[in-house]
Amino acid sequence: MNPMKKESLKDKLSHYKNSPGSLVLLISVLLCAALTVLTLVFIVIYILVRGIPNLSLSLFSPTYNSENVSMLPAIINTFIMTLISLLIAVPLGIFSAIYLVEYAKRGNKLVGIIRMTTETLSGIPSIVYGLFGFLFFLTTLKLGYSILSGALTLAIMILPLVMRTTEEALKSVPDSYREGSFGLGAGKLRTVFRIVLPPAIPGILSGVILATGRICGETAALIFTAGTGTKIALNIMSSGRTLAVHMYNLSSEGLHVEECYATAVILLVLVALINGLSGLLAKKLSKG
Amino acid sequence: MKKNILEKVMSGVFLAAACVSILAVAMICLFLFANGIPAIGKIGFLKFLTGDVWRPSNDIYGILPFILGSLYVTAGAIILGVPIGIMTAVFMARFCPKKLHRILKPAIDLLAGIPSVVYGFFGLVMIVPITGSSIIAASIILAIMILPSVISVSESALRAVPESYYEGALALGATHERSVFTVMLPAASSGVFAGVVLGIGRAIGETMAVMMVAGNNTGMPKSIFKGVRTLTSNIAIEMGYATDLHREALIATGVVLFVFILIINFASSMLKRRSNQK
Repeated sequence: MNPMKKESLKDKLSHYKNSPGSLVLLISVLLCAALTVLTLVFIVIYILVRGIPNLSLSLFSPTYNSENVSMLPAIINTFIMTLISLLIAVPLGIFSAIYLVEYAKRGNKLVGIIRMTTETLSGIPSIVYGLFGFLFFLTTLKLGYSILSGALTLAIMILPLVMRTTEEALKSVPDSYREGSFGLGAGKLRTVFRIVLPPAIPGILSGVILATGRICGETAALIFTAGTGTKIALNIMSSGRTLAVHMYNLSSEGLHVEECYATAVILLVLVALINGLSGLLAKKLSKG
Repeated sequence: MKKNILEKVMSGVFLAAACVSILAVAMICLFLFANGIPAIGKIGFLKFLTGDVWRPSNDIYGILPFILGSLYVTAGAIILGVPIGIMTAVFMARFCPKKLHRILKPAIDLLAGIPSVVYGFFGLVMIVPITGSSIIAASIILAIMILPSVISVSESALRAVPESYYEGALALGATHERSVFTVMLPAASSGVFAGVVLGIGRAIGETMAVMMVAGNNTGMPKSIFKGVRTLTSNIAIEMGYATDLHREALIATGVVLFVFILIINFASSMLKRRSNQK
């Protein structure tokens, strides 16, 4: 690799003897990196060790009651919630990104405003989304504590994420593709959907998967919008807790700490899977 | 002709979709301010912001303890998390072998992906038994939670510094560490700072994890080993059952939090602009 780095350990040590400051820096860098990694490893192992023995089949029974705090309804609700939020946010996010990248002219003032608002949206804390969802979807639109209120709130929350990743994916498509398509007589719309979008799909998907991760882990925005209903939400107008909300409720009730560990294991596995999938897609994208 | 109409319609659809985010921000501002500001007016601006007693049963609403609580836990998180985060970023950008980086990067992403309830629960069972429900417990958990933002933003800022800076420093006889810390890190400083600001935003807006470990008592924060309530947890704890002025006061708490976040966002976009200009 780097020819300058080819020196023996002994040489290195003698260098450090001459500059003790550098040695101190080196040690503190190594310590801090080790501390970060150890923290992560400790959290993961601790949750797994305490949680896996508590994963019993009864935790996956289809009904929740106060004796058996089954998490299966919450898992199914999480799935429904994710699906509906994505159904709302993904088309919106992709269309917005198409506007920003393909349609907006350079120096368009609207683009600046849209950029500013999406940045603002991505910085808003989830409790503020929850508050807004409560005020708008529950109090004003009278949707009640429901999966729909929760999904609408989350859709706004993940919109900037979907927009940004789609934008980046669209930008990475070379201009020659567009020029070729126009040159062959295709219209703008056809070019966007048939030529520009297909190569951008892995990038868009990796953003969608990241958004899924945020939905699965969200609690604060959901407590006052989707509520904490314990049943499987067969109707989108009924209240239903997602897995993260379920875990929070178990922990705050304080009666089912074992089951709480078990839920944490499932959440961790879910997040790890989601991250792995997104990373895989991103790698595929960078390879072209 | 038909095609032309479709083109026009779809470009309109794209434009409309792009405007949804503007609409969303406008609606959030409208609903928060319209519901919160009248309450601040009723309670009295100064009484609300600088009152140190929160007693909804007597209609006394002072949120100074919560403002301080948010500031203290955030400051604690920054003091603990930022140095470790920056050092880890330095390690990942300039010290780490490529093979190790391939493992570390997904690990940091995993740290970012762990849901806040899981952090909160971990804090509850691991940290609270040692420190009690307190400012310090909340700061430790938040420090862990902001690590990934600080690390990934700082790392990409460090990677964006031209290699020639590093080579120049080496050629002048500086050691590897010295080149990294006295040349590379200062050159990346505005990016690193943007990462820190992002971390501040995360910390001040975090609700669940803080609520689970901070104790949530409404009094003024007395020491870092005593419990505290933040702006975020104040909303989350009482919104479920609050009515009338109490509810409005909670929304007003949200307004104060929102204004904090807007200031932080503004600072971060200024920093971004500055680092782009370089």
